[in-house]
Amino acid sequence: MYLTQSADIAARTIGDDTIIMSTLDSTVFMLNSVGTAIWNAADGATPLSQIVHERVCPEFDVSDEQALADAMEFVDKLVKHGILLISDSPVPPKEAQ
Amino acid sequence: MELPGARKSHDVVIEIGGFPIEVQTTDAAFERILRGRYGDYIKPGAASQFALRVQLSGPGVADPDADAEVWLEDREWKMVRGDFRASWNPAERRGQVFQTANPYSIDSVLRIVHTLMLAPEGGFLLHASSAVRNGKAFLFSGLSEAGKTTIARLAPADATLLTDEASYVRKVDGRYFAYGTPFAGELGAPGKNISAPVAALYLLKKAADNRIEEIDPADAIQRLLRNILFFAHQSELVRQVFESACAFVAAVPVFQLSFFPDQRVWELIG
Repeated sequence: MYLTQSADIAARTIGDDTIIMSTLDSTVFMLNSVGTAIWNAADGATPLSQIVHERVCPEFDVSDEQALADAMEFVDKLVKHGILLISDSPVPPKEAQ
Repeated sequence: MELPGARKSHDVVIEIGGFPIEVQTTDAAFERILRGRYGDYIKPGAASQFALRVQLSGPGVADPDADAEVWLEDREWKMVRGDFRASWNPAERRGQVFQTANPYSIDSVLRIVHTLMLAPEGGFLLHASSAVRNGKAFLFSGLSEAGKTTIARLAPADATLLTDEASYVRKVDGRYFAYGTPFAGELGAPGKNISAPVAALYLLKKAADNRIEEIDPADAIQRLLRNILFFAHQSELVRQVFESACAFVAAVPVFQLSFFPDQRVWELIG
């Protein structure tokens, strides 16, 4: 699974947290440091499993299995609000927002 | 001499937040409604670059408490609610309102138009009461029942109330100012038509005692966004509001004010 940040958002990272607002429905999300790590790595080219393995597990001392399950739940929530886009294959850079 | 059939103008200029809008009407009774509703905010003889032409219609079934729908169409904002329909062209600074002769519809249209005018310059209307004390403005924000009107009622004699409902925030030369508004909440009285630099924003929470606590900036932005009034979910407008909230929190101290509803809370303010 590959993640891409939607173009229909406004976002700001302050410290370890990221605030994201959907320009489609004005929903506001605040991501903690784990969420921010995933968000920042959502480049359309890096699989979620790799993001979790490289960015989340070493930083937050959690197993790959547990971290991936938590990340899937997190991603699902953002996808439902159109904040993140998912695909089964890498997204070419020009299409990644 | 008035020509037969000619309709006399009963226009009034209503200046809120330093923006004078000429409300154009040919109806004497509606002019009286406006004068009664907007009092000190009416500027007799003032020049205005902004105008709203009001066309009055007969009574209909209307719900002024319904949500207004606002959208951008051909570079013109359209607004519709049960009791009015209106348009606003930001480039021409002109708009039209179709409503019955009542103060509530035009009041809602003015709120929407002001939010649309404020957004590009970094300002906003905020669910907040506000007051000026010692030359500084203090904002008290929260959703319904948070205590906006309560804290306004408790204000000491040396505090001048700007509003108990919708605070008007403008960014002028890089500084934030709060202006008085005629938009009243439970107090039912308009705020004083003055302005002052914003010294602090307090996010209200009723409690057993009074205390001020610092808030993490990200949390402050999130909570501020919840309380900013904007009516149109249009991408560019949402981005402007988001950026405005971030810039405001970077420039103005934001605190949580836990308060017990008596006058002692004002010992912490000012």
